[in-house]
Amino acid sequence: MTLVVVYVITAFLNENFLGGYNQSKQLERTGLYGILSLGVAFVIITRGIDLSIGSVVCLVGCGLPWLVVRHGWHPATAVGLGLIVGLVIGLFHGLLITKLKLQPFVVTLCGLLIYRGATRGITDDQSQGFGNSGYESFREWGTGEIELVGKFSLPYPFLILVVLSIAGWIFLRKTIWGRYLFALGNNEEATRLSGVNTDRMIILSYVICSMLASLGGMLFILNGNSAQPSDYGNFFELYAIAAAVLGGCSLRGGEGTILGVIIGTAVMQLLKNMINLVTWLETHMEFFIVGLVLLVAVVMDEIAKRRAAKRRLG
Amino acid sequence: MGDCLLEVRAVTKRFPGVVALSGVDLQVREAEVVALIGENGAGKTSLMKILAGVQGADEGELLIEGKARQFSGVHEAQEAGVALIHQELNLADNLTVEENMFLGREPRKFGWIDQKLIHEEAQRVLEMVGLDVAPDTILSDLTLGKQQLVEIAKALSTKARVIIMDEPTSSLSLSEAERLFEVICDLRQRGVSVIYISHRLGEVKELADRVVVFRDGENAGKLEREEIEHDAMVRLMVGRDVSQFYQRTPHELGEVALLVKGLRSVEHPEHTLDFEVRAGEVVGVAGLVGAGRSEMLAALFGAQPGLGGEVTVGGVTGLPRSPAEALNRGLALVPEDRKGQGLILDMAVKENMSLASLRRDAKGPFVDQTKEEELTKEMTEALRVKTPGAWQLARYLSGGNQQKIVLAKWLALKPKVLLLDEPTRGIDIGAKEEIYLLMERFAKEGMAVLFVSSEMEEIMGVADRALVMHEGRISGELGREDFTEEAIMELATGRTLKNAS
Repeated sequence: MTLVVVYVITAFLNENFLGGYNQSKQLERTGLYGILSLGVAFVIITRGIDLSIGSVVCLVGCGLPWLVVRHGWHPATAVGLGLIVGLVIGLFHGLLITKLKLQPFVVTLCGLLIYRGATRGITDDQSQGFGNSGYESFREWGTGEIELVGKFSLPYPFLILVVLSIAGWIFLRKTIWGRYLFALGNNEEATRLSGVNTDRMIILSYVICSMLASLGGMLFILNGNSAQPSDYGNFFELYAIAAAVLGGCSLRGGEGTILGVIIGTAVMQLLKNMINLVTWLETHMEFFIVGLVLLVAVVMDEIAKRRAAKRRLG
Repeated sequence: MGDCLLEVRAVTKRFPGVVALSGVDLQVREAEVVALIGENGAGKTSLMKILAGVQGADEGELLIEGKARQFSGVHEAQEAGVALIHQELNLADNLTVEENMFLGREPRKFGWIDQKLIHEEAQRVLEMVGLDVAPDTILSDLTLGKQQLVEIAKALSTKARVIIMDEPTSSLSLSEAERLFEVICDLRQRGVSVIYISHRLGEVKELADRVVVFRDGENAGKLEREEIEHDAMVRLMVGRDVSQFYQRTPHELGEVALLVKGLRSVEHPEHTLDFEVRAGEVVGVAGLVGAGRSEMLAALFGAQPGLGGEVTVGGVTGLPRSPAEALNRGLALVPEDRKGQGLILDMAVKENMSLASLRRDAKGPFVDQTKEEELTKEMTEALRVKTPGAWQLARYLSGGNQQKIVLAKWLALKPKVLLLDEPTRGIDIGAKEEIYLLMERFAKEGMAVLFVSSEMEEIMGVADRALVMHEGRISGELGREDFTEEAIMELATGRTLKNAS
């Protein structure tokens, strides 16, 4: 709903919006950010939170060119290591949260500081990138696109998101693990007492989240080419969480759909795009507008839910 | 006969799609204990909420000392002298007793809270309810029974003249309940009236001056002091004779299905538990609250793994380390806290029923939706679950039907040993009967049933044999032929049996 409204309004306000180039750009941004939102959705469904996503994006995003360009690693090896780093980070979070019973907020807040700090240390706080030549074919993963009519084309990051979304949807809606995730998000104790290894499922959700964050980080750097360790990926976890919430995930756990999360991400991107394109809207009003839309959406959702609950009772 | 202190005339309350109350009457005289009984959904709670100003009535009148009143909030009801004590206590654990008593209406002196006045007043009211604790004790240091008395003291300190108690004994131990009864009798002597809501008819018989029965949102009848009898109350509640509430036929006992040796739970590591349950046998575990009964079940099921000992089920010996492990051996647990531990309230009936058997029935990693549908259909019919459909969220079903869903979840796995913790707590009398019949049927089918209950009547009505626990150990065992309330009570309180059988 919101997506359609924002889309129509923006199209009305600026003639360049509907142009093929801009539309493709939107899909590309949605693809990149959507991968992060998808990941955090898994964690949110278990009633958790991951604040370290932006820092993981920074660590892996800066680490990739650092390994490939500075140290001459083969791109495939570096990508492999990036994914392993994501896996280890997720495992680390999950174990602390389930076995030591630490709060997800605290664990991942520490992660947020640690990974960014580590990146700045490793890279000596120097800007990282692939430069202007030599890695074009590798960077295709982040910049490439399949051309369709006119200037409109399907960017690779969006295609990757589509593939991941389908996989995520199958996982959440069709497998027993997906069912377990929703169940434990609603009531962890009852799920555990039904013979489900809830700790393992929670760890899995953090692993999925961090691995998607690290995949997203690599695509971001391949797409953008250069990164500053001090601010790369700043606030990305909040964009991801906001998109998931906008898409119907409840931080109380046990709720959310993949399609919703993707739409949520698209709305966020569209809003940014709108603020850029519509001349009488100042760019620095971005946070204000995004925050406002999010708040309105959440309030409307709550009202709708109460109505539905009343109807069910009746 | 005193004057009518509080009178309800022809009150009707509608919710979207249901009529919760239709034209009910209720009179409460001064210094009187009126028991209000009825099955779940009979409208007791709805009426109490109206009396306490939590919600308004659609039609009808509420009179206090003959004057028509209309409460638009809890505060107004309090001022008129009506206080409601909720089933789940409404106290803040981290505050002191006196802070709780005056929460939201702290007396002021020059703008500051008048600590001295609070202290004195708290002391005075605590004495009235016979609670011997310092007013500055942190509430969470008190037992549930004492917290309940704090609630009553709080009500008294608001100068309440009618105190409504909604199932006050549901989480109290026997001695705490006795203490509460004394306080209620004492209140009556001071001229305070009590509206007492309970499912426990034994208590009602002991306490009430008058019993008012609701059924389906209407007055079903009332009983004066001399007419208050168990059967009469049940008849009015269900609207028919429940001649054979506990129907049981002798069970054929099979092999030993559950053998427990030297089990030590985390809470009572100093005692070891040894017993066995045979296939087709129903064993009740009696005892006071805090005797370690739930902890024993939790240890058997691996929910809170025991510290040591051996559990043998289905040929496997060893201590279950997790519910998953226990379930694989053929154990199942219907936990005490249905909403917190038994159900996923915001998931569908179908999804709740299939949760435990999902893995067994899966096609690879995928949920087998056909099997899930079949299972739900089969269980809904077999257990006679009343639900508008398999998609309905568990939250919207009645207590009895919710309990059936928890049972269905486990039956799908065909367990060898079924553990039940207070299986009929908070469900109405009709549903209770059905649960008993189901337990009876499971035993017939060769399951070993071990259930914990605080209702002695239930143990005596349903079990073949009773284990009685006291402070973490099994203090005695009684065969069906030796069941008497006295015998169970003696063992439960740790006294030795005078004439051992």
